[in-house]
Amino acid sequence: MNLVPQTPPHPSGDKRFKLLDVAIKRHQFRQDALIEILHTAQELFGYLDNDVLIYVGRAVRAPLSRVYGVATFYNFFSMKPPGEHTCVVCMGTACYVKGAGQILQALEQKHGIKAGETTEDGKVSLVTARCLGACGLAPAVVFDGEVAGKIGTEATLERVRPWSEGSSRTEEAQP
Amino acid sequence: MSTEARREMQETERERLEGKRCRVAVCAAAGCLSNGGQAVREALERTVKEKGGAESVEVFGTGCLGLCDAGPLVQVQAEGETRLYEKVDPSTAARIAAEDAIAGTPAKDLLGGGNEAFFARQRKIVLENSGRIDPERIESCVAEGAYEALQKAVTEMTPLDVIQQVTASGLRGRGGGGYPTGLKWSTVYKAKGTRKFVICNADEGDPGAFMDRSVLEGDPHRVLEGMAIAAFAVGADQGYVYVRGEYPLAIQRLKTAIKQAEKAQFLGGRILDTGFSFRVDIRIGAGAFVCGEETALIASIEGNRGTPRPRPPYPAMSGLWGHPTLINNVETFASIAPIVRNGGAWYASIGTEKSKGTKVFALAGKIARTGLVEVPMGVPLREIIFDIGGGIPGGRKFKAAQTGGPSGGCIPAQYLDLPVDYESLAGVGSIMGSGGLIVMDETSCMVDVAKYFMEFCRDESCGKCIPCRAGTVQMWGLLDKITRGEATRRDLDLLEHLADLLKSTSLCGLGQTAPNPVVSTLRHFRDEYLAHIDERRCPAGVCTISPAAVEVHP
Repeated sequence: MNLVPQTPPHPSGDKRFKLLDVAIKRHQFRQDALIEILHTAQELFGYLDNDVLIYVGRAVRAPLSRVYGVATFYNFFSMKPPGEHTCVVCMGTACYVKGAGQILQALEQKHGIKAGETTEDGKVSLVTARCLGACGLAPAVVFDGEVAGKIGTEATLERVRPWSEGSSRTEEAQP
Repeated sequence: MSTEARREMQETERERLEGKRCRVAVCAAAGCLSNGGQAVREALERTVKEKGGAESVEVFGTGCLGLCDAGPLVQVQAEGETRLYEKVDPSTAARIAAEDAIAGTPAKDLLGGGNEAFFARQRKIVLENSGRIDPERIESCVAEGAYEALQKAVTEMTPLDVIQQVTASGLRGRGGGGYPTGLKWSTVYKAKGTRKFVICNADEGDPGAFMDRSVLEGDPHRVLEGMAIAAFAVGADQGYVYVRGEYPLAIQRLKTAIKQAEKAQFLGGRILDTGFSFRVDIRIGAGAFVCGEETALIASIEGNRGTPRPRPPYPAMSGLWGHPTLINNVETFASIAPIVRNGGAWYASIGTEKSKGTKVFALAGKIARTGLVEVPMGVPLREIIFDIGGGIPGGRKFKAAQTGGPSGGCIPAQYLDLPVDYESLAGVGSIMGSGGLIVMDETSCMVDVAKYFMEFCRDESCGKCIPCRAGTVQMWGLLDKITRGEATRRDLDLLEHLADLLKSTSLCGLGQTAPNPVVSTLRHFRDEYLAHIDERRCPAGVCTISPAAVEVHP
């Protein structure tokens, strides 16, 4: 019996799959590490597409239905590629009572997308967070990983504007 | 590490600190960091170095100093005095370093003031080390007594002694339920199994609550020590900390702490040269509120969808992979070391008859001083909000305090003098919860708040049982109808009927408590609901009443 699971390398030759292999191996191909492995996969690829899910499922010998079930259950995992820039509006209670709802509404109107969507040109993703735990800074908005506290609607729109104009970044977005 | 080596580490670090004339603590919690705290710290370090004070002055990052609203915070400790500088930026930081830390003359014009009440009324046990330790250095924590209680437990006590002390302390679960901790421990102790597990629930899902995050960031060794003592008491050899993915800094600090503690033999094999072994691993959550429920959390650690299962059997009998499992909240574990060190009777002397000890609250919302506070149980709500929290800004009127997040309720103004403990809060239709305390003033619409929480529960319902999955959608729809001014009295009746149905028939705590915000706002603010329904207006001016509704019912 073959005790060490053998997974053939991904046919695309994409190096990121090798990094994913390392993570899977570190978790000893265990099914209970599925969430940890998916965390790594999302860090590497930016999102989880079917190809990655099939690959992970084979590696830990779990049916695709289970991997897909887990990936779609948790809010953290995204099945769609993220935009070039991400704007996260915290919708925690403290932020909500201080006007996070209005900020979100303004962003949705301005960019013509709903929370959880990306603009058609792939420039801006609009995301909501349950609670960042930065309630002392309410309302808080995260611009590409940088938290801005006590921010107003106008200031938020101002921060997002250069992104959609698209002149800010010429190099390719990091996965 | 042997017990002597631990003492030596403690002595060495204490001696090192005695050599310092002045210590400068920079708040290194996520709140202050995202407010420019890192630049402040760098400016302090640079100035101290430039002015040649590196020998006599220590600049270090510390856990949440509490007054998050006035961040970034810098605390200067010299000659037995502590001074707090608020809203520090790199340029004022340079002055603080040069004038106060090195020259020894406080920069009076920079010192805040008027916040004495915020600190004076608190009693810190869980947060006692904030401002004293650098959470990223184990030496600094050991100097303040970290792992002393663990040493006492494993070398001088039997597991039953430990459980007895915890029972005597009267400590109750700080995650919200308030289940007696000693009883839980003794159930797991008595449970038969080949292996046992200890899990720390750090999946702080309540929006508006950040106590657990602050404790993990500010004093991770305290939590690990509590877990190790628990493992010793119940006979477990493996532990997990299930922490939210939204807290990267807490995860990083915890990873560092585990590594350091393993190296120092406070965790891992043969702890403190005894036969006791205990390993701790981190499991990172992936954003599901329901995973705060213990059976869902276990499913998630096992790598599955985080859906709950019926209890009994309780995790204490059959939990992780079917083994007896002890699950406690971060704050509960953080309370253990002081209890073991000072004895259960000491802890039981604080608080009220049925609620012992202290509780950490995260103050947020429409309150002057947002931040993290720790008070003895039984303190009146008024004292927390007006004395410690500084009241409502802008001269507005207090309307309600929301506790317990989406499972809790709103406490109106007439109950401001209510002592804050498990029973009293339950008596007015709210719960203690994990400690989020959101203050609302007259500009908040209570129907809108109820709708907000129902939307949260609707989105977070795992979908396993029908009352919760379908009920939250229906209740949200009715609340939405009310806020649009299109509802009738019949809708209100239906809403109340559904609230009762969800409470009685849902599988887990999420569904059972999801109606709480609706029930409690209906109990205390029914007139606001009726204003939306009968008069087609929102008294707080928050809801957008649809024009059609006004036309039909002028």
